[in-house]
Amino acid sequence: MTTSILLENVTKEFTLRYHRTFKEVTVAKARGVKTSDRFNALEDVSFKVEAGESIGLMGLNGSGKSTLLKMINGVMRPDNGTLLTRGRIAGLIATGAGFHPQLSGEENLVLNAAILGMSERELKRKYDDIVAFADLGRTLEAPVGHYSSGQRARLGFAVAVHVDSDIFLADEVLAVGDKPFRAKCMKKMMEIRDSGRTLVYVSHSPASVEKMCSRVIVLEKGRLGFDGEPKAGIHYLEYDTPDSDNEITDDEMGNDI
Amino acid sequence: MTDIATDDLSRNPEDIPLKPPSADNGLFAVFQRHYLLRLLVQREISARYQGSFLGLMWSYINPLTQFFIYWFVIGFLFQLHKDLPNFPIHLFSALILVHFFNETFGAGTRSIMRNKALVVKMAMPREMFPVATMLVSLYHVVPQVVVLVIACVLSGWTPDAVAVVCLVLALLIIAAIGLSGALLFSAANVFFRDFGNIVNVLTNFVRFGVPMMYPYAMVHDRFGRFADYYLLNPLADAVVLFQRAFWVPTISDAEMAELEARGDVIMPDNLLTHGFVALAFCLVLLAFSQWVFSRLENKIPERL
Ligand SMILES: Nc1ncnc2c1ncn2[C@@H]1O[C@H](COP(=O)(O)OP(=O)(O)OP(=O)(O)O)[C@@H](O)[C@H]1O
Ligand SMILES: [Mg+2]
Repeated sequence: MTTSILLENVTKEFTLRYHRTFKEVTVAKARGVKTSDRFNALEDVSFKVEAGESIGLMGLNGSGKSTLLKMINGVMRPDNGTLLTRGRIAGLIATGAGFHPQLSGEENLVLNAAILGMSERELKRKYDDIVAFADLGRTLEAPVGHYSSGQRARLGFAVAVHVDSDIFLADEVLAVGDKPFRAKCMKKMMEIRDSGRTLVYVSHSPASVEKMCSRVIVLEKGRLGFDGEPKAGIHYLEYDTPDSDNEITDDEMGNDI
Repeated sequence: MTDIATDDLSRNPEDIPLKPPSADNGLFAVFQRHYLLRLLVQREISARYQGSFLGLMWSYINPLTQFFIYWFVIGFLFQLHKDLPNFPIHLFSALILVHFFNETFGAGTRSIMRNKALVVKMAMPREMFPVATMLVSLYHVVPQVVVLVIACVLSGWTPDAVAVVCLVLALLIIAAIGLSGALLFSAANVFFRDFGNIVNVLTNFVRFGVPMMYPYAMVHDRFGRFADYYLLNPLADAVVLFQRAFWVPTISDAEMAELEARGDVIMPDNLLTHGFVALAFCLVLLAFSQWVFSRLENKIPERL
């Protein structure tokens, strides 16, 4: 087996509140207010992912899942510890890719594909497939700033799945998509998983995690809480016990397929 | 795309090294990913005047109006250049470089903030944005140079090989120093917005620190042997080099004799040496800026 993602004692520190100008800093210093207030969004996280594994990354809001994905895809660097990956990485972080709000969908599509490492030739070959997958119709010509969150996610996901990546990151991709699109995404992600690529899937929906993943990692306030079987992980998070006061289940909330 | 293997699904996973995902950054990576750089430059060119009626024309209107203002005030009202042959060419050649530098420095400093949406979510060498702004500014220099060449030819321009060397040297100096400034300040601007304003103040000084409204001869005359210190400013070197390429070859022999008789030193001695030293200095500065940038870059996405 080859290691695909390796984390050793990874820590990421964030500052709670920033001062944007010299004046703000001086004023804060003069008043004796702390100029920086730091906390660990991720603390001492270590795990190893083999190539071809599909990991379900779970945890409550603010537990550091998106932060972890940002470090895996190289946007952020850990403050402490080592993080190594093998091969190309593509995917979505926090429901959307990085899009330029003033540019049209088409322009963003091309730019995004290039940033993810597609060559001009590769893009030419896949352009029609991407457009077909996103299925945005004429909206593709409009500036992305005017897109609904679902439309933005569709475009981002369409580009990301067409990159020949070795590692695919999916952060709440299904959260904003409509039902047909969610079905299409699930199918595509299963394909990715079955083709032997490494998949890291972030979701709050236990059913889809169980369907997709062979292993679950749970983050708790930035620390590794659980690492193992999906069923046990979901139980650890207490996502398997239906809310007694409120009988609305996952399925009814439309968070699942 | 050269830094990542493409079009190749059948590669052996063992062959790909395990490495930090943000490893391939820096200026070299920027030029390796030329397809992406080209896209960013094209986008920037079309975006700079997006929604404006005259579009690219503004790139000429701006320097041309500045040119007429200076020409009118300095040349016509003050009559400061009665004895300076072809003063408009002297002025315009300097103005092109000043404009190139200010655009690279100013727009480059804002480039990271402006591309915030990409910076916080996509992994890519972030030097890409200042570099793209520099190339866009360079792209806008071209038509201005064409205008300048036409003016020069009409004034009897007889360029030599040295002129070509000077031209290239001047552009390289400005590109390198503009890019260093853009790298340093674009990163710093993320942390403190004050840096954006500092840039505005700095660019105001530029036009007075170079021989644009006054000739180099005046510097030499007033400063004497301290004129060499004036030439420690790479921007001044670049402007003098540019004038050596365009303005000096338009001066006729008779005018030249007249200037010499008056004792005017229109060009410094060892101009090319000054130029190469300035370029070397700017490249060192660029390396330093890159080093600082990679230090600050770690924290950029979380502070945006
Ligand atoms: N740039 C930043 N600066 C300061 N704090 C940040 C920054 N980005 C995230 N945080 C903080 O880090 C913590 C982890 O955030 P993160 O986005 O990783 O959570 P998450 O697990 O993805 O949550 P969710 O389930 O809501 O998506 C949060 O407390 C958040 O406020
Ligand atoms: Mg998140």
